[in-house]
Amino acid sequence: MMMIKRADIVIIGGGIIGCSIAYNLAKMGCKNVVLFEKNSLSSGATGRCGAGIRQQFGTKTNCILARESIKIFENLSQELEYDIELNQGGYLILAYTEKEVNQFKKNVALQQSLDINARFINVEEAKDIVPPLNTEGILAATFCPTDGHADPFKTNFAYAEAAQRLGVKIYTFTEVNEIGTENNKIVAVNTDKGKLLTPTVINAAGGYSGVIGKMVGVDLPVYSQRHQILITEPIDPLFKPMLMSFSRNFYCQQTPHGSIIMGFGDPNEPKGDDIESSWQFAREMAQKMTKVVPLLKEVSMLRQWAGLYNVSPDAQPILGEHPQVGGFYMAIGFSGHGFMLAPVASKLISELILTGRTSLSIEDKLDIGRFKRGELILEPSVL
Amino acid sequence: MKDETIICRCEDVTWGEIRQALEKGYTTLDEIKRVTRAGMGRCQGKTCQKIILGEIAKFCHKKIEEVSISTFRPPTKPVKLGTLAGDDDD
Ligand SMILES: Cc1cc2nc3c(=O)[nH]c(=O)nc-3n(C[C@H](O)[C@H](O)[C@H](O)COP(=O)(O)OP(=O)(O)OC[C@H]3O[C@@H](n4cnc5c(N)ncnc54)[C@H](O)[C@@H]3O)c2cc1C
Repeated sequence: MMMIKRADIVIIGGGIIGCSIAYNLAKMGCKNVVLFEKNSLSSGATGRCGAGIRQQFGTKTNCILARESIKIFENLSQELEYDIELNQGGYLILAYTEKEVNQFKKNVALQQSLDINARFINVEEAKDIVPPLNTEGILAATFCPTDGHADPFKTNFAYAEAAQRLGVKIYTFTEVNEIGTENNKIVAVNTDKGKLLTPTVINAAGGYSGVIGKMVGVDLPVYSQRHQILITEPIDPLFKPMLMSFSRNFYCQQTPHGSIIMGFGDPNEPKGDDIESSWQFAREMAQKMTKVVPLLKEVSMLRQWAGLYNVSPDAQPILGEHPQVGGFYMAIGFSGHGFMLAPVASKLISELILTGRTSLSIEDKLDIGRFKRGELILEPSVL
Repeated sequence: MKDETIICRCEDVTWGEIRQALEKGYTTLDEIKRVTRAGMGRCQGKTCQKIILGEIAKFCHKKIEEVSISTFRPPTKPVKLGTLAGDDDD
């Protein structure tokens, strides 16, 4: 049975988004925050993700969000008193087509204008950065040395534990199954362990955010899609940065622990919440990466798994209150970059909820209304 | 058991680390794996999983059968990427 009967804010979802919001709300002084997670913390996309963090985007909005997120990441271990294993080995993004070369030149100019230290480099320099790289077909690359990755579990737990120290109550293995509204306003949340009164709900349910929307009678413009990934045995340090290509469709990085993690987005992947892993994925992944880094042929895969992207019409997050349901906030639709944006997105939505405004000015609006207004944020550089 | 006792040999995880995770409230195999890396190594938990399950059961005063076991993630044996990719020459 539920220990408490009333909360100021209820967060649904114990992934990186829900836990980082819990922390930011508590840090801003909100006393009575409750988080429900139907499984264990980090059991959703967060614990399954590549955990790459980059600033090399092609829209001003994403560049600014990612830049601010990295700033937070850089002090996060200290702030949360938990080593999140941030490793800034950079992202090396490879251009295999003329179209990419042109796009990357534009991206880098934009990034530099926003104080992101990315640069456009030639093939030789790319090879210097990643000596085992097979440069066949590569025309140029971009590199940003402050990009990198962190441990997704540790970052998730770090936020959760810091939130709990500030008084947030986290209930794992507790599933939200109903949300009560009155006059189009949130009044209560029902779980399999009992009911709680609250005026505010934050939907941070990742791949299940659409289901939460249905509980308040709204159709959210998001869908879920499986993304697969695999990891190898740990080996001696082979290369530092995340290797990535949009046209060849892959990302690949060595973790501080020595294992190499790699994935790609299947363009024919149907929508849905299937998270089985497939043999076909492992084979295609191995074919792709052994071409790019031939030394990998000798490295063994240890395991593979899959998780859900939650995708909005422009593959950008939806942050803010739903116009039809008072007190129903969303932090959903993060697609393939919810881990890296969590520190900044959680701060923005917490500010929005508690003060009605945000401290960061970005021209694009991340509210749900942007789709109806036709103000989509079209990011050219995503997988 | 001593804190220094190694429970997961592939990842060098000691009983002390697992005990601390349990005390923090991480009482499922999946959570302990995520917090400590136990069972994520080359053998995929073949040796340590049983020991950890036993310790979770003891800690939570449950029967071993009541502790949920970890999701199985293929493959069962490490396989070279070159072999997976279909290279015949190795
Ligand atoms: C293979 C893969 C690779 C990725 N790589 C990267 C990367 O390199 N960099 C990056 O930034 N992002 C990456 N992502 C994306 C990133 O993982 C997600 O954007 C991010 O983790 C989303 O966090 P979340 O907290 O919203 O979702 P989740 O972590 O999925 O958390 C949502 C939680 O809500 C819970 N929940 C759902 N319904 C209910 C309910 N009714 N009651 C209670 N709880 C509920 C779920 O159990 C889940 O734990 C990747 C994703 C995948 C799948």
